[in-house]
Amino acid sequence: MIDYILKRMLQLIPALLLVSVMSFSIIYFAPGDPAETLCTGPDGNANPKSVEEFRIKMGLDKPLYTQYLIWLNNVLHGDFGYSYQSGIPVFDHIKRAFGATFKLSVVSLIISLTISIPLGIISAIKQNSPVDLACMVGASLGVSMPNFWLGLLLMLLFGVYLGWLPVAGYGDGGDLEHIILPAITLGTGSAAITARLVRSSMLEALGQDYIQTARAKGVSERIVIGKHALKNALIPVVTMVGLNFGYLLNGSVVVETIFGWPGIGRLTVDSINMRDYMMVQGCIVFVAVLFVVINLLVDISYRYIDPRIRYEAA
Amino acid sequence: MKQHDMCNSRVIGAVAIVKESRSAILGLAIVVLLVILAIFAPWLSPNDPTEVCLGDRLISPFTESKYPLGTDHLGRCVLSRLLYGARVSLAVGIAIVGISTVIGVALGVVSGYYGGIFDSAIMRLVDATLSLPSIFLAVVIAGMLGRGLASIMIALVAIEWTSYARVARGSVLSLMEKEFVESARSLGARDSYIMARHILPNIIAPVIVVATIGMAYVILAAAALSFLGFGAQPPTPEWGAMLNAGRVYMRTEPYLTILPGFAIMLLVLAFNLLGDGLRDILDPRRVVVE
Repeated sequence: MIDYILKRMLQLIPALLLVSVMSFSIIYFAPGDPAETLCTGPDGNANPKSVEEFRIKMGLDKPLYTQYLIWLNNVLHGDFGYSYQSGIPVFDHIKRAFGATFKLSVVSLIISLTISIPLGIISAIKQNSPVDLACMVGASLGVSMPNFWLGLLLMLLFGVYLGWLPVAGYGDGGDLEHIILPAITLGTGSAAITARLVRSSMLEALGQDYIQTARAKGVSERIVIGKHALKNALIPVVTMVGLNFGYLLNGSVVVETIFGWPGIGRLTVDSINMRDYMMVQGCIVFVAVLFVVINLLVDISYRYIDPRIRYEAA
Repeated sequence: MKQHDMCNSRVIGAVAIVKESRSAILGLAIVVLLVILAIFAPWLSPNDPTEVCLGDRLISPFTESKYPLGTDHLGRCVLSRLLYGARVSLAVGIAIVGISTVIGVALGVVSGYYGGIFDSAIMRLVDATLSLPSIFLAVVIAGMLGRGLASIMIALVAIEWTSYARVARGSVLSLMEKEFVESARSLGARDSYIMARHILPNIIAPVIVVATIGMAYVILAAAALSFLGFGAQPPTPEWGAMLNAGRVYMRTEPYLTILPGFAIMLLVLAFNLLGDGLRDILDPRRVVVE
């Protein structure tokens, strides 16, 4: 097990290297000069002298690779630099934003799993029935529906027409009223994917020999499904939670932007629009590390839960 | 009895395949329909999609015969913009998937065929890219390259090619074990000949499946990026951008939000159905055992 974890951790290095080089270099190939952009006041063009001073202060005058090494060293020490926009450390912004994203992800995950697991199971048990068909049509629609569209439709229905819920915003520290619509928007897409996975995993479990054995020896159908099949079918649920989390993190870019939710997705988009380079770098590195670490944890727990999977096989 | 059972299972198998391909046929029908609408957009559109007519702002659908689906905040014909939008989405999707397929298949085949350091390097890069959050990467790459359809195409190709490389490499590895590759080699065929004549034709099926599902993903992602303002710029009639422009008027003119979103969903759904159906039909594990 330890060997497996170490091996998996070594495999993370290329991904982390890739994201660090990419996030760093792309930003410096981009058109537009951050020093000039930031020094441009409401009165018009920036004063060349203050632009130069700003550049030196922020280390933007050094060669690219030196900037990269300094930056990488700082990042490894937990220092993501300062936001050009606010002057506050990037990591402080990210911490605050991540809190909001985490809250939204957890609620979405709960919504997603409460919808998808029962529907997936029912579909599998009643395979090829109208119920199954309806669930799978729903899943296809859920996968294909753009989340920004779903979010706006929900906003329109519950916020504008019915007036039950606030249209957007964070409210009082992300209260329940404000979290429901973005969480449903995010949760629906991942529920569609998860329901399909639960269904196929359940179908696979139902096709096993031990199910036939259990039925043959007269075990009631409820126990066959509830105990024998379900327990085995839900082993991949851990993977699903991990997959879901990745899906939610990805979806947060769009959903947080529409609903004005102050999470990491919206922070990334806003920072790009502001050309706040340090912040964009910090966001993408943070999200990538988070993503990769979650995948690692999922893989490890998956192997831990299901003893049939041998570590050496990976 | 046994005969009957076999017959029965064959019938069930055939029914299952038809059932599966039924959704594929539906998907194909919608794709063909939308492609036809896109190709004939200049003849089908009642108006110029980019012509601003401030006197005809925000006309509701089905109220004026000149604008069957109404007009947007600049008085542009919504129906014409939707029709031309199909062109944009399909063209962007085909370009991204096409370029990704060429790059991915070429690298995947070569790395699977030769193995070694090149193979390890490519596969590390593929694994690294696939283990990162794709939409975040795409947003950052597109945002940094500057706004425009070219930027989101580069961003999505940079992510998409990895899927094709992985599938191509996997198929090549299993083909390398086959006798016909070995016999071609023992007859003294050159590597390039074996790759072009024996390997490529045999990996087309899995690549087509990945490309069809890839179309759905890429069209959705491109629309999302345009919605966020990184992709198509005004006055390009792109569905994601139309949705973004329309949402300001959501309270009074909901059709500006509803229609473009529905168009995106329809196209994405069609490719998903087609892709799922093709996968089921082409997947050898699903073929009915006789």
